[in-house]
Amino acid sequence: MMLQIKPILSALRRHKAGALLIGLQIALTLAIVCNALFIIQQRVAHLSAPSGIDEANLLVIQNDWANKWTTQETDVQVRTDLVALRQLPGVHDAVASNAYPMRGSGWDQFITLTPDQTTPTGDASVYLGDEHFLDTLGVRLVAGRNFRPDEVHPIGNRENVMSPVTIVTKTLADKLFPDGEALGKSIYAMTSTPTVIVGIVDVLQTQSLANWQMKHAYESLIWPLRAASGTGIYYILRAKPGQLAAVRKEAVKTLYAQNRMRIINNDGGVLDYTQIRQRAYDSDYGMAILMGIVCAVLLAITAAGIVGLTSFWVSQRRKQIGVRRALGATRGDILGYFMTENLLISLGGVLLGVVLAIAMNLWLVTRFEMHRLSMFYVLAGVLLLLLLGQGAVLAPAIRASKVSPVEATRSV
Amino acid sequence: MFSYYLDLAVRSLKRSPGLTALMVLAIGFGVAASMTTWSVFRAVSGDPIPWKSSKLFVPQIDVWGPQGRSSDGEPPNAMAYPDAMVLMRDHRAKLQSAMYQISPSVVPAQAGRHPLNVSGHAVYSEFFPMLDVPFLYGSGWNASDDTQRTAVVVISSKLNQKLFAGANSVGKTLNIESKDYRVVGVLDNWNPQPRYYDVVNSGGFSATGEDVFLPFERAIEVGMSNDGNTNCNAVPAESGFVGLQHSNCVWIAYMAQLDDAAAVTAYRNYLDGYAHAQQQAGRFGWAVNNRLRDLPAFLDNQHVVPSDTKVSLLVAIGLLLVCLVNTVGLLLAKFLRRSGEIGVRRALGAPRSAIYAQFLTEAGIIGAAGGVLGLLLTGVGVACVGWVLPKSIATLARLDLPLLALTLLVAVVATLLAGLYPTSRAARVQPAWQLKSN
Repeated sequence: MMLQIKPILSALRRHKAGALLIGLQIALTLAIVCNALFIIQQRVAHLSAPSGIDEANLLVIQNDWANKWTTQETDVQVRTDLVALRQLPGVHDAVASNAYPMRGSGWDQFITLTPDQTTPTGDASVYLGDEHFLDTLGVRLVAGRNFRPDEVHPIGNRENVMSPVTIVTKTLADKLFPDGEALGKSIYAMTSTPTVIVGIVDVLQTQSLANWQMKHAYESLIWPLRAASGTGIYYILRAKPGQLAAVRKEAVKTLYAQNRMRIINNDGGVLDYTQIRQRAYDSDYGMAILMGIVCAVLLAITAAGIVGLTSFWVSQRRKQIGVRRALGATRGDILGYFMTENLLISLGGVLLGVVLAIAMNLWLVTRFEMHRLSMFYVLAGVLLLLLLGQGAVLAPAIRASKVSPVEATRSV
Repeated sequence: MFSYYLDLAVRSLKRSPGLTALMVLAIGFGVAASMTTWSVFRAVSGDPIPWKSSKLFVPQIDVWGPQGRSSDGEPPNAMAYPDAMVLMRDHRAKLQSAMYQISPSVVPAQAGRHPLNVSGHAVYSEFFPMLDVPFLYGSGWNASDDTQRTAVVVISSKLNQKLFAGANSVGKTLNIESKDYRVVGVLDNWNPQPRYYDVVNSGGFSATGEDVFLPFERAIEVGMSNDGNTNCNAVPAESGFVGLQHSNCVWIAYMAQLDDAAAVTAYRNYLDGYAHAQQQAGRFGWAVNNRLRDLPAFLDNQHVVPSDTKVSLLVAIGLLLVCLVNTVGLLLAKFLRRSGEIGVRRALGAPRSAIYAQFLTEAGIIGAAGGVLGLLLTGVGVACVGWVLPKSIATLARLDLPLLALTLLVAVVATLLAGLYPTSRAARVQPAWQLKSN
């Protein structure tokens, strides 16, 4: 096969333009496909990051108040509501909170190790909840203890209630105390009053999933505070396995039965985690699908282009093929010729394509805060395009190999 | 002659239907992908108030100092209450308004109707003339309502439809957070995209419009809490909404109308003077670091156009480029296959320009066919864009006449460009060579 390369090169010189065009097309396709695949991988990784909670059985109710209540009045109602919700037959547990994981935006707080530290060590997503919080969300406690009921206090809208104890995620604990000795230590949340870590949970996804939060992914903390904001709160319910639909029907009815002066939106007021995920990762799903479509169309068009142009070359060279066959070349030789020719063009194309792919990625990194392309995707793209080229050229090459030696004697 | 070339082109295209279909498909897909993403990009990057955007300015005051700045040295993108109130009191611009996002509950007058939550903004009276807000009935309130904290409200036509069955409700009463407000105006359909008067809170785009606008100081007086972003560099010293007002937390949007360069300079000097005074008073311990950007510059600075939209557009243009390279190659093959025919035409006296005309006509037909396919696919694309983009953005993409015209134009022009090189190769065919070999 190596012997064939020289005649192939000299033949290619005869139709430079066509070869260059296929090479260029392969290069551009490679550049775009590498980056598109990489974007898909990034998005899929983002949206499949674990939440640490029992998503299948959770329900979130956004409960706003139609009355203008004080914190005390609100808290009385919240406690009544919670008792009623926890008594529902299908409900495993329930909690009132300010937010829920993957809400999209929420409350985060800089965390420091000393009260006068100027650059924060962590940026924690803040959850409020009583001693039922961990059980309701299904978050696993890995060290320390849960809150005691006597530690829980109500908190109204924008009230400064500093709790002396907190439970943090393992990620936050490790970031604050890399030596692994976080339990019992004091931390500061932008005030001079310390709060002591009494428990550490395994994984608890943050409220925001935006780019800035990714630097502080999985940094969450819980304060033993019962949300009693006069503007509105969230009830998070954990249904017993298989009871989610039933709970969904009963819960809102139960809440209205406690007090009608509340607002639970018909459209989006009650969400399960399928819906919450859909909302939170909307643009990630979208980009992944879009990039997938683009890749498929690009590869199809490039393959079709190779088929078209090679078919043309085959029909142009029927006579030469006939002569070669008449002079003793086997069908395999002819097949090999076209396959090798394509391989040479493709190799040139992917070489240029790798350069283009990396250049394009670097540009995207500077303009759109994307990550560096990993070489794995470049290699995968190279392999994909070489195989695509060989696959596309196969049909015309087989047709070429079937050209009969008699063609040599025919004039066109 | 053109109709003759047309006839020739159609015959030639029919001779190799596979190749023709491939080129038309490639052009169609490439153009449709570009046009669909373009329609989204056009929608999100458009100027929401083109007749006035260069006169609308967003002041930013560095209330936190170096510790609170973003990595590029930018001051906070919203204002703290004390600063916003001084700016409103000094009233140095022609028109101006501080504003904050609210989400109050409304209790319908009809018995048995459920209370509902509405979204809106607390604003000053100059908000309405400054932004040329269109009214269906009535108008905004006046400056004395601002200072007297009158219980008045401007509602959207949608809320008017819901509560007053679309009738003229000016003068009627609305129960907001358990207090009665007099309706002074009903908006015509008004939901500018991006929501430029408060992009910090809306994130730019929102499929549903706002329902209520109340006097700012009235909302503060009744303790109507803000519903938007609140950013703090320290926990407020006091609790509650009042504590927020006394703090350096930023949560207020601000906009001012400045009609000419002199007014802009004067306002910039005023802002710097204010920061200097705060420095002297010991509140700001750092050099003046204010910003005063006009609306287009502020929208750009806030990255209102999502980067996903830009990346999608770029990738789609890349796809079109590959499709064009593909078409160049196929046209080249197609044209050169007919070298014999070209040779005969040239030998019989056809000038090069005739060859150009003939083959560019053929390229043009492919472009037109690709364009028609592109139109269909763009239609499908715009209809399905909700699948892949967030709803608030996808609903902005529209199929309109300029987009359709552009689709056809791009398809034909791009294909003609792609046809130029193959055509020039065809025109350079040596008649003698071709005639000899046959």
